Order: sequence, then structure tokens, then C-alpha cells
Amino acid sequence: MTTEAATIGLTHSGSEDTGLGHRGPESKSIVVPYGFWLFVLSDMVLFSALFATYASLVNATDGGPTTNQLFDRTLVAIETLALLLSSFTCGLAMIAAKRKNMNLTQIWLLVTGLLGAVFLFIEFYEFAHMIGEGAPPQRSAFLSSFFTLVGCHGAHVTAGLLWIGTMMAQIWAKGFKEHIVRRLLCLSIFWHALDIIWVAIFTIVYLIGTLP
Amino acid sequence: MSVIFGKLTWDAIPFHEPIPLITSAVVLAAVAAIAVWVWRNGWWPYLRDEYITSTDHKRIGIMYIVLALLMLVRGFADAIMMRLQQSMAIGASQGYLTPEHYNQIFSAHGTIMIFFVAMPFVIGFMNFVVPLQLGVRDVAFPTMNNVSFWLTASGALLINLSLFIGEFARTGWLAFPPLSEKEFSPGVGVDYYLVALQISGVGTVLTSVNFVTTILKIRAPGMSYFRMPVFCWTSLASNLLILAAFPVLTVTLGLLMLDRYLDFHFFTNDGGGNSMLYMNLIWVWGHPEVYILALPAFGIYSEVAATFSGKPLFGYRSMVFATLAICIISFMVWLHHFFTMGAGANINAIFGIASMVIGIPTGVKIYNWLFTMYGGRVRFTVPMHYLIGFMLTFVVGGLTGVLLAIPPVDFVVHNSLFLVAHFHQVIIGGVVFALMAGYTYWFPKAFGFTLDERLGKAVFWCWFIGFHLAFMPSYLLGFYGATRRMQHIPDPSWAPWLHLELFGAVIIGAGIVLTVVQLLYSIKTREQRLDVTGDPWDGRTLEWLTLSPPPHYNFAVLPDVHGEEAYWTRKQTAIKMDQLIKEPDYQPIEMPVSTPVGVICAFFASVCGFAVIWHIWWLAILGLIGAFAVFVWYAWQDEHEHIVPVDEVRTNARERRRIRMEHLHSLSQST
Ligand code: HEM
Ligand SMILES: [Cu+2]
Repeated sequence: MTTEAATIGLTHSGSEDTGLGHRGPESKSIVVPYGFWLFVLSDMVLFSALFATYASLVNATDGGPTTNQLFDRTLVAIETLALLLSSFTCGLAMIAAKRKNMNLTQIWLLVTGLLGAVFLFIEFYEFAHMIGEGAPPQRSAFLSSFFTLVGCHGAHVTAGLLWIGTMMAQIWAKGFKEHIVRRLLCLSIFWHALDIIWVAIFTIVYLIGTLP
Repeated sequence: MSVIFGKLTWDAIPFHEPIPLITSAVVLAAVAAIAVWVWRNGWWPYLRDEYITSTDHKRIGIMYIVLALLMLVRGFADAIMMRLQQSMAIGASQGYLTPEHYNQIFSAHGTIMIFFVAMPFVIGFMNFVVPLQLGVRDVAFPTMNNVSFWLTASGALLINLSLFIGEFARTGWLAFPPLSEKEFSPGVGVDYYLVALQISGVGTVLTSVNFVTTILKIRAPGMSYFRMPVFCWTSLASNLLILAAFPVLTVTLGLLMLDRYLDFHFFTNDGGGNSMLYMNLIWVWGHPEVYILALPAFGIYSEVAATFSGKPLFGYRSMVFATLAICIISFMVWLHHFFTMGAGANINAIFGIASMVIGIPTGVKIYNWLFTMYGGRVRFTVPMHYLIGFMLTFVVGGLTGVLLAIPPVDFVVHNSLFLVAHFHQVIIGGVVFALMAGYTYWFPKAFGFTLDERLGKAVFWCWFIGFHLAFMPSYLLGFYGATRRMQHIPDPSWAPWLHLELFGAVIIGAGIVLTVVQLLYSIKTREQRLDVTGDPWDGRTLEWLTLSPPPHYNFAVLPDVHGEEAYWTRKQTAIKMDQLIKEPDYQPIEMPVSTPVGVICAFFASVCGFAVIWHIWWLAILGLIGAFAVFVWYAWQDEHEHIVPVDEVRTNARERRRIRMEHLHSLSQST
């Protein structure tokens, strides 16, 4: 009797605890970043397909230049440093936002964006240099896959810069409203994910590629 | 000129080809007529506010299904043209289609059927059903849901535009290189294919993000994982597959675009390119895609089996584990699509065995449905017809699949009509039957009245008989040596079989016509078949708890879930105690507002896509800038939600309780 009464809600109020903590829909502050995480995961899958392509074409140089002849470790080291630092400053911006400190948030976001721009600039320089040296993506399957993998990451960074700019304007105009802070959180997830992907690129493409 | 119009010239319009020209004219006239009709009846504001800009998952689901049905007609028109050609062009005769045209038709048929019929149909059901079954008010991201739909529609639009302006790919539905490279396919056909699929692919990935989040994070209180209906489980599995597989498709098509547009060398014959890389990549997506479609179909069968057998689903947990097993194994079998690549005996053997292993969880499911029916009070309704027809058809289709998974056998029948027969058998017998079953099953929930049973059964028999006539002979023809994609049939002795196949296709066509008749007839006689109770089939899951059609907030209060079969338990207890759940404390409800952002996104996507296809670069750039502007504009707005006042909620809910109480009395009297 009592269990049946419970089933139609006569005897108890609130939800039954199923032991799994399912007490109804989660709040937006959980749902939004969760969904964004899933999106980032699908982006990771996208990059893994590009990595697989690179790995299977890295030796298909068609008589053209090979990894060792093209990559410059120092340049890439500076590039990497800039991006890693930008992840750090992005973290600082998040902390500032949490404390609702407008000036610091803006400054750290700006620094993050500038470091991202430095990264992009170096990448751009590297690409231009390679193309000038007769190693454009059209030269061989290896170069096609190199430019695509690294360029796709670069395109993501560019999108990130646009996003940082938009976010800065939004925070400036609207302050630290709940949904704005949520967006900022998504942005930082995105930015850190780009860092992780870059570490993989750095290792698989540049480090392994410049082994003697 | 070429700066302004790119590759677009007057030659792109097929003035000299009667078939596409007449089709274009007819389609344009029909679209115009419908537009005028809607306008004249004053339905436009309703259509705009309640559908086009709607963020309501039910409305979006319906739009997906309408899109799928329209595209089914298009895909079927292609199919019947192919069958007609193949039954005419035998021996000395060349039939009525040139090879150029025929190749476009089979490519369009395959592409449209998979991407714009099966996918939107399945996603439409997920949209309509999953939030209701989970006992919640909407998906996690309602606005994004609208955007996803419109991006899919934009892809469909571009594919159909290729009929009127330019041409479609002649490369088959997966556009294998090197044939699809610029060197061998210089026209815009492959570009239409690539761009349309990229745009709709973005929509599909967004859908998967939305549904995985919804199912994992947004459920009614008490709805733990092992209380979710099987359709929700299979939807979850399917969306996880989309999340993991569709980005690979995006990459694959993206690389081919780079080859075609910027002279890269991924899959070309020269420059170190490797076309087998494309095969591997595309099938890493392609095989899971089969299960992206099949798993929700299995979910529909599970709902149908339980409801119409009047019993809980047999082996609920084994069904869930079988679903997850299929989900994982489906990523480990892609190589069976090209055993002939020459990867070596051991690799072929491993992939062959892995492919057969998928048969085991699938077999588990078949037994579960059988045991659900066993000992139940089975009602032979239309959905039940499809379930039984499916089990008969699918078992044979699965067996020929196991045959194909044996590498030596595959070497013999690879790319033959045997393969064509196999995949149509699983996709029509498995997926299309499920979609038709679901259409009949959930129609009253969506519109408040049931579909006509007699006509529904006629449709079923058309599909069932028509399918077997249209494809069984292909197994034989495959053994005789008939390869797929033949515009001309060299061996006159195959003629009788091909004529039989044409006849089968005509019967399927009759089924499609009857579907329309059934719909019109049911609308006309809807007064006699109204679903006042909201529970026309004596259902077991939460969508039958609410009204038909449900209010846009679905439930006045989120239902409290106790045990598996949330609604059934509740209903039985209420009948026994002759009492409904205590009247809850009604609250005002916050619902997302409708938004034009999806349509605007799709507009820019279509313009941009069209510009890229025709190399009209200024327009493409303009489109991108426009899209970014919309994005910023949308992000700038503060989130809007509109509030349904508590009085409205209460009045509706009280009315609903009155009806349910009457319904309960009638049920308890009948038992
Ligand atoms: C409605 C009845 C249907 C008929 C009569 C039909 C007929 C055909 C025919 C004649 C072919 C070409 C076979 C060949 O290569 O010689 C074909 C190919 C194909 N069909 Fe269907 N089909 C039907 C439904 C479907 C459905 C529902 C789907 C998927 C959801 C589908 C997917 C495909 C695909 C993917 C191809 C391969 C296209 C290619 O060769 O690139 N078909 N179909
Ligand atoms: Cu497969």
C-alpha cells in the first residue's frame, strides 16, 4: 500500500532518491559547459582524423622537402611558449572574472589575445617562409597534410581571437552577468583545448620531425 | 564576368535536357502554389511563429519529418528512374538516360536517401520523443536545435538546387577519389555534394551535442539511467556515434575540398596522394553511420513491441548492453567495406570476424522482441505489422551481411548487385520500416488524432511485398555477375529479373502514394479518430501521460519517476487506487522564445555554400561576414524566456486531470 501510494505521489513529497542523484534537470550552469565540453570533444575527434592523415602521409614527400629540412625548432619553441603562456593568462582572466574585477579581466583577456596573435604571427611567418622556399602545400601529400593539420589549429586560434574580442566587448558593455560568465567559461575551455592540441602537434609534427 | 559570377553561366540551366527542365518547372510551380495557398488562407503567421522560428522540440521534430518525407519522394523518383532505365537498356537498347545523367541519378539517390531521408527522419523522432519520454520540457539547447534543423534543410536545398542549376556528382554517394578529383570530375557536381554535406553535417553534430547533453543531464526527477525507455538509450548511443563519427566525415570531405579547390594532394594519383586513405577515413564514419540510423530504429521497435504486446520489454538491461556493445564495435569494422584493398589476409580476417561479432548483440535484440511478444496480448496494429515484417526481412539481410563479412566471399560479390540488395534489405527492412512504424505510433501524440488503420496496413503490405520483389532478384543477379551502377545491361537473360524489380519498385511507389492518401483521409475524418485521452495505445512511457498534442511545455509539473516504465506504473497504481496523483503545487513555467536565428543562419549558409560551389568568392566572403554578424548580434541579446502564467498552467492541468480521471474509470471498468 505505501509503495503504491508513493508511486502516485500520495505519501511523499519531492523526488525519490534513486541513488544516482537524479533529482531532475541540472541547472544551466552545469548544462551549458557540459554541452560545450562535448563540442570540444568532437573537435578533438576532428583533429585526430587530421593527425591520422598526417601520420599516414608524412613520408609521401614525392621527392620534395622532408620534415628535417623544413622545421625550425627554435621558432616553434617560441611559438609554443607564447601559446602556453596565453593559457596561463586566460586562467588569470577567469580568476579575475570570478572576483568580478573588470579591469584585470579585460587586461588578462587582452594579454591572452595578444599572445595568441604572436603565436599566429609566427605560424604565418613559418608558412610564408616555407612557401617561399618552394614547399607549398601543393608540393606533396606530406606538405598538404602538414599545412592542413597546423593550419586547422591556426584557424581555431583565429576563431578564438575573434571570440576573445567579442567577449571583451560583451563584458565591458554588460558586466559580469551570469550567462556572460558562462560564456567566458566556455571560451576558456576552448582556449585550453587548443593548447592541448598544440602540444600534440608540437610533439608529433615538430619534435619527431626534427629528430636526426 | 568571371569575377562576378564565378563559374556560373546560362549553360548551367539545363535548357536542352527535358527531364530536369520539366521537373524544375513542376517543382517551382508546386512550391509557388503552396506558398500562395498558405498565404491566401492566412496561415503564414502561424507557420512562421509556431514552426519556422519555433524552439519547441516537438515542432522541430515535425519539421524534420516533413523534410524527410519530401526528400523520400525525391529519392524515390530517382530510384524508379533507375529501375526503369535498367529494365529498358538491355542488350541492343540504350534506354532513355545517358550515362552522364544516370550516374548523377544514382549518386543523388544514395546521398539523398541517407543524408536527407533517413537522417532527418531519425533525428525528427529523437526530437519529438526524447524530451517527452524523459519527462522534461525541452532539449538542453532549444535555439541551437532550431539552427540544426535549418542547417540540415539548407543542405537539402543545395542538393536539390543542383537539379536546376548545374549538375550533381557522378561519383556515387560517397564520392570516391580519384574519380571525384578535379582531374576526372571538373564540373560543379562534386562541389554540390561536398558543400551540401558539410553544411548539413554541422547541423548534425550540433544535434548530437544537444541530445547527449539532454539525455545525460536533463531528465525528470527519479529518471535514473536504468529507468530510461529504450528509445532514449538508443538515441543516446546514436548521438554518441554522431559525436565521434561525423567530425571524421567533416575532415574527409574537407580534405577532398582542399584537393579540388586548392590543388592539394591528399587523394590524387600524383604528388604522393593516396586514395585509399579516403576509403579508410570515409568508412570510419560510414560504418558507424549505419548504426546511427539503425539503433534509434531498434529503439522504435522496442517501444512498439512492449506497447502492443501489453508487457514490459523482455530483457530491458540486455537490450541496453546490446545497444552499447553495438555502439563500440561499430567503430572496429570499417575495413569490411574494402577487403579488396589488399591489406593482407590477417587484417581482413580480423575485420571479418569483428563484423560478424556485431551480429551477436543484434541477435540478442531480435530474441528480446520475440520474447516480448511471447505470452503477451499482442495487438496487430500497423506498427506491429512493421515490427514483424522487420524481423523477417532483417534476419535475411543480416545473414547476407555476415556472408559479405567473409573476405573470400566478398571478393566475389564486392560491388555487385548482391551488395545493393543486402544494404537495401537492412536499410529498408530495418530503418524505413521502423520509421513508418514510428510515424504511425506517434502521429496521434503529435496531432491529436490517429491515422487510418486500413490504409496503414495497405501501405505496409506495399512496402513489404514491393521491397522483396524489388530487391530479392538482385541477390541472384549479383551471383550472375551483375555489378552495381550499371546504366546498360549487357546480358539479355537478366531481363525478366529486372522487369520484376521494376514491378516491385512500382508497388513501393503505390505505398508512398497511399501514405499521402492515408494522411489526407485521416485529416478529413479526424473527428472520428480524435485522441482525447492522450494515451491511444495504452502506452507505457511518459509521452502518453500528457495531452495529445502536448502543451508546448509538455508537463505542467515534471513527473516524479518511480521504477521502470514510468507511465505504466503510475497508471496501474492509479487504477488500483482509483485516484490520481495528489494535485501538485503549480508554478509558472519558463519557456524559451522563438527565434529567427536558425533561418538566418541557414540563409547565410546556403548563400555561402552556393557561392563556394560556383567559385563566386566575393559572395562567399560576404556570406561569412554576414554569418559572423548574426552570431554577434544573437550573442548580444540577453537571453529571453517567456513565462507561462501559473493560472494558465493550472487551468490546463485541471482539465487534463479531469480527462485522465474519466479515462482511468473506463480503464478500471474494462479490466
Ligand atoms: C524506395 C525504394 C528504393 C529503391 C527502388 C531503390 C533502388 C536503388 C537502385 C536501383 C540503386 C542503384 C543500384 C545500382 O548500383 O545499380 C540504389 C542505390 C542506392 N540506394 Fe536505393 N532504393 C530505394 C530505397 C533506398 C533507401 C530507403 C535508401 C537509404 C536510406 C537507399 C540507399 C541507396 C544507396 C546508398 C545507394 C547507392 C548509391 C550509389 O551507388 O552510390 N535506397 N537504390
Ligand atoms: Cu560497414
